[in-house]
Amino acid sequence: MYTQGLDSLGADCLHQATDAVTLEQRFQSKVDADDRIEPKDWMPDAYRQTLIRQISQHAHSEIVGMLPEGNWITRAPSLRRKAVLIAKVQDEGGHGMYLYSAAETLGISRDELLEQLLAGTAKYSSIFNYPTPTWADVGAIGWLVDGAAIMNQIPICRCSYGPYARAMVRICKEESFHQRQGFEIMMTLARGTPEQHRMAQDALNRWWWPSIMMFGPNDAASKHTAQSMRWKIKRFSNDELRQKFIDITVPQAEFLGLKVPDPDLRWDEATQHYVHGPIDWKEFEEVLKGNGPCNRERLETRRRAHEDGRWVREAALAHAEKQRARETQAA
Amino acid sequence: MSQQRKQWPLYEVFIRARSGLEHKHVGSIHAVDARQAIEHARDLYTRRQEGVSIWVVRSSDITASDPGDADALFEPAKDKIYRHPTFYSIPDEVKNL
Repeated sequence: MYTQGLDSLGADCLHQATDAVTLEQRFQSKVDADDRIEPKDWMPDAYRQTLIRQISQHAHSEIVGMLPEGNWITRAPSLRRKAVLIAKVQDEGGHGMYLYSAAETLGISRDELLEQLLAGTAKYSSIFNYPTPTWADVGAIGWLVDGAAIMNQIPICRCSYGPYARAMVRICKEESFHQRQGFEIMMTLARGTPEQHRMAQDALNRWWWPSIMMFGPNDAASKHTAQSMRWKIKRFSNDELRQKFIDITVPQAEFLGLKVPDPDLRWDEATQHYVHGPIDWKEFEEVLKGNGPCNRERLETRRRAHEDGRWVREAALAHAEKQRARETQAA
Repeated sequence: MSQQRKQWPLYEVFIRARSGLEHKHVGSIHAVDARQAIEHARDLYTRRQEGVSIWVVRSSDITASDPGDADALFEPAKDKIYRHPTFYSIPDEVKNL
């Protein structure tokens, strides 16, 4: 891009342009050498913008992700389940905070990030726009949604951008508990009464395809993949990760005695992989566009929480300012 | 919506994992003052007994070296290999050196 139209530029511009080329080359060779990029290092603007978009989407997903499960805290079937669910939902909030902090190192403020979420201009994972009508959904979310998230997130622990990679290491450590508690809920239900078994199957039926879609569009349709891989923000393609997830998860469903709702699903001896049926990308796009079952409700809940908390944020700040003023006066 | 509302300032958080170890940077947190920063850091960064002590410092109070100066700052040490014990060859017979 900088080499185009050099002839028409003045000497100053030429100097700047070659500088930019060298900077960009130096940046890329650093990335190629698996070195990490840190906040104060020079980076191409597109790299910065891609990271802001990806990290903030990720952060928003954690925050909105608290809602479908938070829905069940007051109705958890036992004190143990309730304590576990509170801890899990608190973790999700924490993950959002780690990620917002990582995004802020790129020069965007927390307020701007929240503004984008509440205004509906930023995206979050489409999965959280599905409802959680039964307790089995809490199990299915932990097992499938957190399982898919782990699959996505583990490679990001080696992402080229230091603060994002470090946040992800922390998140992955905590995520494993989320998936295991979910599987445990599914196991309890699957081995329970016939009605409980039916609940587990029903939850799997509803969460399977949205979980598969969490890996994003097919490689051929994924517009960011190639560049993100060159920048080592992404290490595996959407389809590779999706395949890994399916290969790991299908035997787990079999262990539970549950049926994966994909009539075309079969084991392929030659490739040693499962082959899955076609994915309904229309549904995925509709949910992304805001027409999923719960999009409006989720954002409204977030907006309300933000507005209801406003006086607390303002009062805390005013109180701290008053304290500071008093201290300076006394000194 | 929240137009010109003042943001809670940013603090950097350092945690001592257990006594005997140094405090290590773990991330950052927004808080109205240092005391609240510690309370929030406790909720955010020590939910699984990750630490026994917390330091917080206003991010704006940190002075950092410029990555552009890295060569000037750190390169001069590169050719002073005599600062490392492996620079000196000592016969194998000599023990405990």
